[in-house]
Amino acid sequence: MNKKKVISLVVRYSVYGLVALFFFWAIRNHYFDYIFTESSTFWHLIKQHLQLVLVSSVLALLIAIPGGILVTRKSFRRAEWVVSNTVNLGQTIPSLAVLALMISILGIGFKTAVFALFIYSLLPMYRNTVAGIDSIDENLIDAARGMGMKPVQILFRIELPNAAYSILAGVRTAIVLNIGTAALAYVVGGGGLGVWIFTGIQLFDNGYLISGAIPVTLLAIFVDYLLRLLERLIVPEGSKPPQEM
Amino acid sequence: MITFDKTTKTYEGNVTAVKGVDFTVEKGEIVVLLGPSGCGKTTLLRMVNRLESISEGKITIDGQDSMSLNQTALRRKIGYVIQSNGLFPNMTIEENTMIVPDLLGWSKKEKKERFHKLMEMIGLSGEKFGKRYPHELSGGQQQRIGVIRALAADPPVMLMDEPFGALDPIIREKIQDEFLQIQKEVKKTILFVSHDIDEAIKMADKIVLLRGGELMQYDTPSEMLVRPKNEFVREFFGKDRAIKSLSLHTIEDLRDMIGLAEFDDAIADTKTINVNHDLRNTLSMLLNQEADQVIVSDDDGNKLGAITIDIVQQYLHYEIKAKPAPVLEGV
Repeated sequence: MNKKKVISLVVRYSVYGLVALFFFWAIRNHYFDYIFTESSTFWHLIKQHLQLVLVSSVLALLIAIPGGILVTRKSFRRAEWVVSNTVNLGQTIPSLAVLALMISILGIGFKTAVFALFIYSLLPMYRNTVAGIDSIDENLIDAARGMGMKPVQILFRIELPNAAYSILAGVRTAIVLNIGTAALAYVVGGGGLGVWIFTGIQLFDNGYLISGAIPVTLLAIFVDYLLRLLERLIVPEGSKPPQEM
Repeated sequence: MITFDKTTKTYEGNVTAVKGVDFTVEKGEIVVLLGPSGCGKTTLLRMVNRLESISEGKITIDGQDSMSLNQTALRRKIGYVIQSNGLFPNMTIEENTMIVPDLLGWSKKEKKERFHKLMEMIGLSGEKFGKRYPHELSGGQQQRIGVIRALAADPPVMLMDEPFGALDPIIREKIQDEFLQIQKEVKKTILFVSHDIDEAIKMADKIVLLRGGELMQYDTPSEMLVRPKNEFVREFFGKDRAIKSLSLHTIEDLRDMIGLAEFDDAIADTKTINVNHDLRNTLSMLLNQEADQVIVSDDDGNKLGAITIDIVQQYLHYEIKAKPAPVLEGV
């Protein structure tokens, strides 16, 4: 136990050290300068990036969670494998291939990027919704029915609260992945911080590369943190997994 | 009052789980559904609150056909306790307990009062436990909460599906006693599923013994032990059914029937036993040869007489063969 703690501490602080070292190196070489010299472009790209993530995630949320709930209803159980396999299929196609496919249908631009990101966010959200609801002890549902709860009451009072942790974890995973993947939107002319990253790659300009990549990373970390806070607020006290209490 | 009228349950593929069962649970009685696994006892129980449909025949509750009632309303009027307690992890103890009152639209104040009253009944502090979550309680406490949750809206009928089956023997016995005490106060009509013969004998006013979905015998525990109707019942209760039946009687019963022997003050090695002790434990004590003389006393410590294996044997003789009670000399 103690040994594990020491190792985890060592690992953690070495990582912090490396990150600090990286920033020191990057700042010394003026790699972040574009953020300040071209600050209006930078904020424009960030805004685009956030729009891509926001629109695609909200769309996915609106489809995946109700979909997961629907599929776990008794009368729709039989449809589960069809839906699950379809959603899985969406995930197995490489992201660039999805983008390429979308270009041939929707052309290039914001819409195409949003659509591809939307497809990508569906699976984690959907799968965690289904898994969360499925993991609820059958006896609880039986007790609820036996006490005279109606199906809607069982869903909102028992199933969703107890699945909330799993569902929100899925949402968090999807959104954080989405922030990273949104950098690819540049490829289809969707804008976002990917513009600087790809420019940096093409011009061998570390400045553009880092001024694009680091904000994306920080954004992902920040959003992850925010969503964890949200989880803590939403998930009922008694349904949290033991280590978080 | 619950009446089963040729109640039958057939699953798809012609598997019959319950075959034309007929019996009546009188108001305020505990009837235990007993039998080997797969005998249909749980299915029969779940047919009462329509968690299982009724294929043929009917079940009436207080004279009303259960199928004619609104399913949700019916369930809210029937307390339901299951083995794994079924407490909802996302709700506090108070919220869990007050689910049915909440569904029925009780006011906040009514719910609070009811919660504290119920907690008092099981000897737990409502203040202390109300805001806690189920996982913070011990197994025994959780099961107690499961029981009072079923009692919350004061339903006339309760269904209990092996409610104490998951508890360790010592706690189980304690909760059984506690529940019998509560039942004395609340006098619910209770259907209770068990696979434990001792539990059935202890809890039941009457036992329904089932095999393969058919009713084998419906009787009081002592009748069933003493006068089994067929070979299956005889075998089910086992060779020691006479000893088991003794747990249904106290020394008081024996004293009323045939009296006690006189005690001898000259014998130094004596033990005293309360007159409310059951005969099964008394016999064990006698067989253990714990003392040369066992003296029976009442609650105030007055010595009423002595008890011997002989007397217990005579009592059994009377009970089992229904022979006229012998009169002890010198009583």
